[in-house]
Amino acid sequence: MPAVEISQLVKTYPVGKNKLTALDKISFDVNEGEIFGLIGPDGAGKTSLFRILTTLLIPDSGSAQVLGLDVVRDFREIRKKVGYMPGKFSLYQDLTVEENLNFFATVFGTTIKENKYLIEEIYVQIEPFKDRRAGKLSGGMKQKLALCCALIHKPSILFLDEPTTGVDTVSRKEFWEMLGRLKKQGITIMVSTPYMDEATLCERIALIQDAKIMSVDTPAQIIQQFPDPLFAIRGDQMGKLLKQLRQNPEVETCNAFGDYHHITLKDNSAGTQTRLIGQLEKENLHIKELKAITPTIEDCFIRLMPHNNQIQRS
Amino acid sequence: MKQFLSFLRKEFHHVFRDRKTLLLLFGMPIIQIVLFGFALTNEIKNSKIVVCDYSKDDITQRITEKIAASKNFEIKQSVLGHKEIEQAFKSGDIKLAVIFPSAFQTDLEAGRRVQVQIIADASDPNTATTLTSYATNILRDFQQDMQPLQHAPMNISTTARMIYNPDLKGATNFVPGVMALVLMLICVLMTSASIVREKENGTMEVLLVSPMNPLLVIISKAIPYLLLSLVNLIIILLLSVYLLGLPVKGNVFLLFGESTLLIITALSLGLLISNSTSSQQTAMMISIMGLLLPTVMFTGFMFPLENMPKPLQIISNLVPSKWYYTIVKNIMIKGLGFSHVWKETLILAGMTVFLLLVSLQKFKIRLS
Repeated sequence: MPAVEISQLVKTYPVGKNKLTALDKISFDVNEGEIFGLIGPDGAGKTSLFRILTTLLIPDSGSAQVLGLDVVRDFREIRKKVGYMPGKFSLYQDLTVEENLNFFATVFGTTIKENKYLIEEIYVQIEPFKDRRAGKLSGGMKQKLALCCALIHKPSILFLDEPTTGVDTVSRKEFWEMLGRLKKQGITIMVSTPYMDEATLCERIALIQDAKIMSVDTPAQIIQQFPDPLFAIRGDQMGKLLKQLRQNPEVETCNAFGDYHHITLKDNSAGTQTRLIGQLEKENLHIKELKAITPTIEDCFIRLMPHNNQIQRS
Repeated sequence: MKQFLSFLRKEFHHVFRDRKTLLLLFGMPIIQIVLFGFALTNEIKNSKIVVCDYSKDDITQRITEKIAASKNFEIKQSVLGHKEIEQAFKSGDIKLAVIFPSAFQTDLEAGRRVQVQIIADASDPNTATTLTSYATNILRDFQQDMQPLQHAPMNISTTARMIYNPDLKGATNFVPGVMALVLMLICVLMTSASIVREKENGTMEVLLVSPMNPLLVIISKAIPYLLLSLVNLIIILLLSVYLLGLPVKGNVFLLFGESTLLIITALSLGLLISNSTSSQQTAMMISIMGLLLPTVMFTGFMFPLENMPKPLQIISNLVPSKWYYTIVKNIMIKGLGFSHVWKETLILAGMTVFLLLVSLQKFKIRLS
């Protein structure tokens, strides 16, 4: 039995007289014991999906089961068994670290002592501040405390809505290491993130964009499915280079990626690269580097985006 | 039970760590009592008057002294004739003139009917009426004082006796009113704000995804404010007894029981408001606009309900504090027992049950 089964789920919000579609007939499963990532930009529908799965919202149509329980009918049962960490820091800012933890332990009918082994590793890091009010903690600390609170009742499945948004790189790395350890305890983890680089840290991912699921697979598979050879190009005038590349007849797609532009070519035969460089040099652009690279999840994501294809076609 | 205690502890932490609000909660009743008790009273004190004495005998002298001794009046000057009286009025701050005719004492002792003329500045009719009655009262008092000594037949035309509040103290009206106002405001405002705060901070989202019982959340939110309100009530009563000199004539425990009932009514009203709003500011606005105004207007302690048009009188029946105000007046000032307030109590209890049921019904177990 999958830990989460989602089928044809639709959620809309009324916006004046119109409807805003947050989830458009999405379907996928999350297997028991895996770290499943929901990857997509802000506004893609991630939070709506999390709220439906945690019984906070009722879907317009379609169905979803969590741990074999229906999210609408069996909401009381689900609420006992899941751990949920909303995207926004949602603990009591005027209570201390320890009081927050104690409170959530009692709400779920347990004690800190009973399940301390689960949160031990995380808790030792925030323990020195246990008498500090939660509102006075740093971003990384708040997030660790929130995770502790979501874990204190030993949930079977953990829903983490953008847990690493607004957290520094070091804390993000630590956080993902913690998730790896929690997985070893047998907890299924469903996590959403707008950071594409975090996708590879999940076992399986779903790419979500504009209320639709574009792809569900392991990160490696998704990368493998990238249809064309991908190149990274670097020159001395990156802005002008991007403009020229987009106009160039040899270039199929072109996107800016930090220090490089990632491009795919219409014709992948050997001479194309040299021809392209020649054409660019004619425009007084000095090309420093052009190399074949393995696509990242972000490349795949952009490739899969429907509106991106439209741009290419027109 | 453990869950409940944990909730309760959390709520107390919230209340006691928010020092500013706490200060406001305890400052408000004190300021209101002092304001209503002293500054905003409808008693008129130290009105400047003139006395015109054509007789200048022993008795007019004594009456003048009596008027001067009253805290309502301050004799600005003694004038000689009617012309000067008119001038005194025109020049401004004189509110009243007392005129004794000539041969006042002689006529009185001869058993003839004597008249004291009182002229009031009726450009402010309320003040004029009040001042005239103050002056009349002083004269009547004087007559009564004289009676056992002199056997002269007295020409008394009116007998009015102010019962329950013989001194016409404004505070007797205001204290129950302030009690109703403070209790309504604190309970409604604070509970609605405190529940909406959980929504705003997102903590409600986390709480909902837990096995908690909504009833537990609500009760634990209400209890700290119930206790705070009772403490406030004690402060108000202490102030009214020791500062305003207004004793509690009836049973104090009955008074507290009835107050607890109003607090619960207010708490359920606050709950209802919090269920239908999602920001603290809106909750506050609704509480203040929808509550402060009706409470002040329709409770009866500021504007007499009897003088209102019929539709407004009917609307006033919907305001819980109106019933509470009647109850408190009966118990505190008239010293009546439960048998005299059971009807109002029943109405208040009915309102409470209704509000509580509706708000529990409307309590959202999901987001939006």
